Amino acid sequence: MATTQPKLYESEKEELISGSEAIAIACALADVDVITAYPIRPYDTVMQYVSKLKADGAFDCDFIVAESEHSQFEIVKHASAVGARTFCGSSGVGWFYAFEAIAVTAGLRLPVVAMVGNRALDDPGAFGVEHNDAMAVRDLGWMLYWAATAQEALDTALLAWRVAEDPRVFLPFAISCDGSFLTHSQAIVNVPASDKVDQFLPSYDRGRLQLHPDNPITIAPQVNEDWLMEIRRQSDDAMRRTQGVIKEIHDEFKEVFGRGDPSPFIEEYMTEDADIVLVGMGTLAMPVRVAVRRLREQGKKVGFLRIKFFRPFATEEIQQALSKCKAIGVIDRDYSYGSPSYGGVLFNELRAAMYPMPQRPHMLNFIAGLGGREVLVRDVNHVVDMVQKAIDTGKIEEETTWIAVRE
Amino acid sequence: MSTIAVEVVYRGIFQKTLARNIVRSIVFAARKEGKIGTAFGRYGDSPERNGIPAKQFAIVADTAEELEENLAVYEAHDVDVTINVDDTMSKGIESWAWYGLQPINQLTKPNGTLIVTSRQEAEDLIEDMHQRDEPYNLSIIPSVPSFSGLWVYKDDHTDARILGTLCKVCPDLVSLASMLEAMKDQGWSELKASSAEKAYDRGTQRPVEPGEGSTDTPFNFDLPGWKTMEEGLVIRAVPQGGGFRGGDEGFQPARSEVFKKYSTRSMRPVINFDTCTKCTLCWLQCPDTVFDVTPDGLYDANMEACCGCAVCEAVCPVPDCITMVNEAEFNDNNSQWEAWTKDKDGYQKWMTVLVDKAKLETRTHGFHHVGEYAEQGPQAEED
Repeated sequence: MATTQPKLYESEKEELISGSEAIAIACALADVDVITAYPIRPYDTVMQYVSKLKADGAFDCDFIVAESEHSQFEIVKHASAVGARTFCGSSGVGWFYAFEAIAVTAGLRLPVVAMVGNRALDDPGAFGVEHNDAMAVRDLGWMLYWAATAQEALDTALLAWRVAEDPRVFLPFAISCDGSFLTHSQAIVNVPASDKVDQFLPSYDRGRLQLHPDNPITIAPQVNEDWLMEIRRQSDDAMRRTQGVIKEIHDEFKEVFGRGDPSPFIEEYMTEDADIVLVGMGTLAMPVRVAVRRLREQGKKVGFLRIKFFRPFATEEIQQALSKCKAIGVIDRDYSYGSPSYGGVLFNELRAAMYPMPQRPHMLNFIAGLGGREVLVRDVNHVVDMVQKAIDTGKIEEETTWIAVRE
Repeated sequence: MSTIAVEVVYRGIFQKTLARNIVRSIVFAARKEGKIGTAFGRYGDSPERNGIPAKQFAIVADTAEELEENLAVYEAHDVDVTINVDDTMSKGIESWAWYGLQPINQLTKPNGTLIVTSRQEAEDLIEDMHQRDEPYNLSIIPSVPSFSGLWVYKDDHTDARILGTLCKVCPDLVSLASMLEAMKDQGWSELKASSAEKAYDRGTQRPVEPGEGSTDTPFNFDLPGWKTMEEGLVIRAVPQGGGFRGGDEGFQPARSEVFKKYSTRSMRPVINFDTCTKCTLCWLQCPDTVFDVTPDGLYDANMEACCGCAVCEAVCPVPDCITMVNEAEFNDNNSQWEAWTKDKDGYQKWMTVLVDKAKLETRTHGFHHVGEYAEQGPQAEED
């Protein structure tokens, strides 16, 4: 579906943009064919900027504002099946309204890229960030990534199409961006030249799977119990393959664009000799890194592990990063009612990942920043104090603690 | 090693683009000097509502590490400069994003500066602003507050003049040269740049000492804890209300003591009780149930509840019976009906002065001027 596009950026350029705007620009750079939209805060900042770019003539795409999130995701699913590069997104319960379409997109191995502007689930109506919305696809075959900066949002989007559309993968990819802190805050972003993006990101070729009159096929059949196990196992294998593909493409990204972390899956911040490692996702990184730096100045051996890819979960890398410390404090910006230890999703995943380790550090869970409440440096210090107490006493009094909640 | 934070306090929708121009230009100018910055609107303010006080921030630091502490927050925790682009907000602001009235100078650091666009004298502005324990500086840009709409922007150089003044009063932020360069990069005209330069040359500051200012206590609200809240997301309705001022006659609706929203107002209705025909239209049409029915069947606009939308003025069939007057003219929320009852002649004189003034000056927003931009004439130009 290649069309001739105006070159958005002749050369690399600095822009002052939000994470949402960065992803909208990535859509233009990636020459996305079909973008669907339905407004809900904070995701709608992406559709606003896509509309602007299109209206300004900066790039051309089929931009379809659907009548609901369900249709929005159905349309990109179908467009992806016929070979169009696609993008859409949503937030909170809007994302949930699209859930039937979201589930089948992964089932059909369609490489849709979506942005989730993380938002608390209604009710009560609240706009602030909570990770439960995006988390809900964790078992469905979607890759799921948490960005911390607008630069990372742009870079990850470019990576997302490349990985998702790789024939070894063919799975959808969701980029989570914390509502407000990432979706609405403008930062200096290095936007790459269009030529470099073209060099990194070839056009989407669905090959023999493309739904087209010249390639008569049927997709999405009805099956009985005699088929499903094999289909699931096949998708499972695709998801297992993603780790290698992501690593390979991430290396290529670094080569083409000259930037990128050592690992695509995790960010390790001063974890090398740390007694205490805090773990979290998204913009939580900001207050935590500040706290870690200050505690280091006081001689306290604290580090931070940021999980970037929640799916695929880089089990081995994470095990390695966490097995050297004495205790782990997991800060969840989500919650799982009635779960083990009445804890967060990230905590329970990490605890499962650490179970086979010969030496298991203490693990404590902290629920913080729900509904977009700011997590402050003093909150992080409070977390570190409690983890330190577990080390000193060898005992964990409460596995799960809510931070900065009014009694 | 330093971080500098600037807040722009503005009226939602009408001044959104103005605020955005200011905070973005600050970050661009800082970039010229090799610094790094972020610009953001306070999330809780959006989607913005007409006239409701809102905020945008620019935070600039020497290094990315220093900036980090100011990321992933809704507000800067304190600011070197507060910019107030509508002087009627000097009385305090109640926004969409929090509960209670926040003094306009609440986030201004000790010895920081508060810049305001206003035709008022410093003494009149300080009278409106809440007292504080630490000194700060007041810098006035003599001009009519700049108002426009959601889709349009009135390019009257207010942004340029504020940025020029900012470079003068906060020289550690960025130089005027860098600011002018940033303006040029954004395609601002030479004329606009000259407005910034003029403002830079004219920028002055007046120290505001502890103890100067309004002694009013801003209303506030303590949020409950999870153990004391009612379950099931239930919100109890306010009672229906009763007689005027608690008496048997007339009617006064019950109102929330913690959510008043009157700081949205930049104009207020002034009522001529002598010509009122008791037609009930203001009382019926007011979207905020502002009018209390007095024992003598008149309608007293309650200034603790009025948002200044001017619907009452528009629906009133009697010429000059309800006139919207610049909020800057008032220092309290007292009842007009009570003042009229006590001294009818005195009230007439007071009212006539205000109504005559209102006819001369124009505030260009609200129902009063929906869809039009009244000529501001000589007032918009610099002295």
